[in-house]
Amino acid sequence: MIETIAFYLFAGLVIAGGVMVIMSRNPVHSVLWLILAFFNAAGLMVLVGAEFIAMLLVIVYVGAVAVLFLFVVMMLDIDLAAMRAGFIKNFPIGIAIALILLAELGLGIGAYGAGGLELGSADGMAVARTDVSNIEAIGALLYGPYIILFEIAGIILLVAMIGAIVLTHHESKPGARARQDIGKQISRRPEDATVMKNPEYGKGVEL
Amino acid sequence: MTEFFQSFGMSYEWAWGVATIAGILLITLPLLLAVAMVIYVDRKVLGAIMLRRGPNVVGPFGLLQSFADGLKVFLQETIIPSAANKGIFLLAPIITFTVALAAWAVIPFDAGVVLADINVGLLYVLAISSLGVYGVVMSGWASNSKYPFFSAMRAAAQMISYEVSIGFILVCVVLWSKSFNMTEIVMAQKGHGFGFVNGFFFNLLLFPMFVVFFISALAETARAPFDLTEAESELVAGYQTEYSSMSFALFWLGEYANILLMCSLCTILFMGGWLPPVEWAPLYYVPGFIWFLLKTFGFFLVFSWIWATVPRYRYDQLMRLGWKVFLPMSLIFVALISGYLMATGHFG
Repeated sequence: MIETIAFYLFAGLVIAGGVMVIMSRNPVHSVLWLILAFFNAAGLMVLVGAEFIAMLLVIVYVGAVAVLFLFVVMMLDIDLAAMRAGFIKNFPIGIAIALILLAELGLGIGAYGAGGLELGSADGMAVARTDVSNIEAIGALLYGPYIILFEIAGIILLVAMIGAIVLTHHESKPGARARQDIGKQISRRPEDATVMKNPEYGKGVEL
Repeated sequence: MTEFFQSFGMSYEWAWGVATIAGILLITLPLLLAVAMVIYVDRKVLGAIMLRRGPNVVGPFGLLQSFADGLKVFLQETIIPSAANKGIFLLAPIITFTVALAAWAVIPFDAGVVLADINVGLLYVLAISSLGVYGVVMSGWASNSKYPFFSAMRAAAQMISYEVSIGFILVCVVLWSKSFNMTEIVMAQKGHGFGFVNGFFFNLLLFPMFVVFFISALAETARAPFDLTEAESELVAGYQTEYSSMSFALFWLGEYANILLMCSLCTILFMGGWLPPVEWAPLYYVPGFIWFLLKTFGFFLVFSWIWATVPRYRYDQLMRLGWKVFLPMSLIFVALISGYLMATGHFG
C-alpha cells in the first residue's frame, strides 16, 4: 500500500513538474520545476530498487547539472517577448517532435503490453537479481563484460573535458595580468621587505 | 521500532508509519535543541577567545540565550521586499532547513540507532548535501537585490568546487571499509590502528584525507575562514540580507544543523562513530551515543575555534585551494589507497 501511494505521489509530481517546466513564464521557475521532476524521478528509481542510480541521479543532475542550468539562466537577461516572436514559425517543428515522441512512447508501451520483451536484460532472457546489492551488480557488469566500452566512454569524456578547457583557456600576455606566486609570497620575510632608517632631526629620508 | 508498535495490535503499514514518524521526531527535536545549545557554545567560545564574557544574562550562565533569540524572532514581522519573487523568496529558507534536517536520516547514533539503515547511506548524504546550495541560490536570486545575488553566485561556485574533493575523500573511506552503509563504515574502523585504536584517522594514508575533509567541510558549510557568501565587509549579510524574522531563523538553524552534520560525518568517517576511542573493555560501559556526541561536539569546538582565529580567505584563494590543491591531492590519494589495498589483498 505504501509503495502504491509513494508511486502515485512521485509519478504525479514528475508529470506535474514536467508540465510546469514548459508552462511557466519565468525561465528560473522552469529550472526549479525541472529540479522537482528530477528529484521525483529519483524517488521512482528507489521504488523499483535501483537506489544507486537514484542517488547518482540526484548527485549528478540535481546537484551539479541543474545548478549550472540555474546559474546560467539567472545570469542571462532573458527577453520573453523576443522568445515569443518565433513561436508561430517554430510551431510545426514542435508539433512534429511531439508527435514522434508520442508515437515512440505508444510503440514502446504497445510492445511491452504484447509481451514481446521482458524487462531485465537485452535479450529478455535473464531476470533481475536480488541477491547482490545495486553497486556490486553494476560494478560486476561495468568492469566485467563491458570494460572496453566503459573505458572508451571514459576516454571520450576526458577528451571532451580537455577540449572544453582548451577552448576557454586564453593565454594572456606576460605582464598583462598580475600573477600571484604563493610560494614567493610566503617565503618573503620582514628583513627583505623593510629597511630600517634612523634619520637625524630635521632631515628627511632618501628612499 | 516497527515491531514495538505492531505489538499494540497495529497492522504492519500503520506500525511502520507511526514508527517512522516517531523516529523522525526522536531525531529532529533533540537536534534542534542541540542546535540551540551549539549556537550558545559558539558565541561563548568566540567570547572567551576575544576576552569577552559572551552571552551571560538570560538564564544561568546565559544558557537560555538561544531560546530567547528564537522567541524574539517569532514575534518579529516577516518583511518581504516588494521587488522580490515572493514564492521563491519564501521557499528558499524552507529548503535550506529541510535539507539540513533530511540528511540526518542515515546518521547512526549508536549500533542500530539509525532511522534508515540504507545500503547507499553515504551517497544519500552526498546527494542531500548537494541540494543545500539551492536554498542559497534561490534566496539570492529571489531577493532581487545586488548583494544577495553576488552571494548566491559565490555560494554556487564554492559549494560545487569543494563537493568534488569531498566525493573523492568519501571514495577513499569507502574503499577501505568496503561499504557505502554508514553502520558498516563505523564497524570497519573497529581496532583499525594496531588492533586497538578505533578510527580511520590513525592511518598514514587516510589521515591527510581526514584533514582535507575537515577543511572542505568548513568550505561546504560556508564557515570561517571560507564564509565568503556572507562576508559582512563586502556583502552586508550575503544571501540573508533581505530576510527577517522566521525566514531568517530558518537559515540560521539550517546553517548550524549543517555544521553539526559535517561534524558528525567527520566522526563517522574518520573517528569511529559511536565506538570508544580505543579498544578497552571498561570504555564500552559508556553508551555508544555518548561517545558519538562527545566526538561530534569536539569537532564543533574546533569549528568555532577556527572561526575565532583564522582570517577570511580571498575568493581567488578559495578557488585555488579547492581546484588546484585539494582536488589533485584527493585524486592522488584515491590512486594511492586503491593501489595499496590491491597490493595488500584487502579485497580478497
